[in-house]
Amino acid sequence: MLETHETKLTEESVRALIREEIQRAFKKDSATKRACLISSKGTLDWAYPPLILATAAAATGMDVSIFFTFYGLNVIHKDFERKLKVSPVGNPGMPMPVPMPDIVSSLPGMTAMATGMMKSKFAKKHVASIRELLDVARESDVKLIACQMTMDVFGYSQDDFIEGVEFGGAAAFLSEARKSHLTLFI
Amino acid sequence: MADIKEDVVLDARNLLCPMPVVKAGKQIRSLTDGQILKILATDRGSIADFPAWADDTGNELLEWHEEDGTFVFYVRKVEEED
Repeated sequence: MLETHETKLTEESVRALIREEIQRAFKKDSATKRACLISSKGTLDWAYPPLILATAAAATGMDVSIFFTFYGLNVIHKDFERKLKVSPVGNPGMPMPVPMPDIVSSLPGMTAMATGMMKSKFAKKHVASIRELLDVARESDVKLIACQMTMDVFGYSQDDFIEGVEFGGAAAFLSEARKSHLTLFI
Repeated sequence: MADIKEDVVLDARNLLCPMPVVKAGKQIRSLTDGQILKILATDRGSIADFPAWADDTGNELLEWHEEDGTFVFYVRKVEEED
């Protein structure tokens, strides 16, 4: 003979139980704590978003990895300070102190000037530098993965990159990405 | 407003996103369950960032207010149960 509980199972109590279980399952779902970003751009302005997002995510306890591919390799290259530049040419979204037609901003020296301006403005406003963000990322166990295929195409070797970079391909990255709720292509 | 007695103070003034949250994440690890971290920040983004960060990490944002251009946050550490 089946033992029956003292408490009656009302529809409300069943709903409450289901809700609790769903919450518990959600909390246990490790994918909610994982983030995978792809960094594909190699200019100074585009180097910031993946690093800022990754370090902020890591600060909330997430497992984060960034896959650097194509020009994104510039960000983790040993020479990133010199490689990361920004040009006003064809960049009408970029705020300039004076309006500047492309024909002027394509003059020699303009890219260096715009890059210098961005670096000093960011420093003045106390935004972390790329170097600081890379350090913070490594300290927070953010995985930095360089795309091996792009490296081969551009002729880079593993020694060309900063300490702590791992190497992988699309399949390796996708395997991580599908276990993460947060995936971003930058 | 009840006076909250903090255990540790983190000065994140003059730092911009993501540093206030990054430093808080690091600092809170050295606190024990129930201890209170007081965070000072000047970044306007932290008004949205700290509640979100607290929610994500399971720590409790007790209250926050602005004092002469500085934002003051009181966070209580909540140890995660496994």
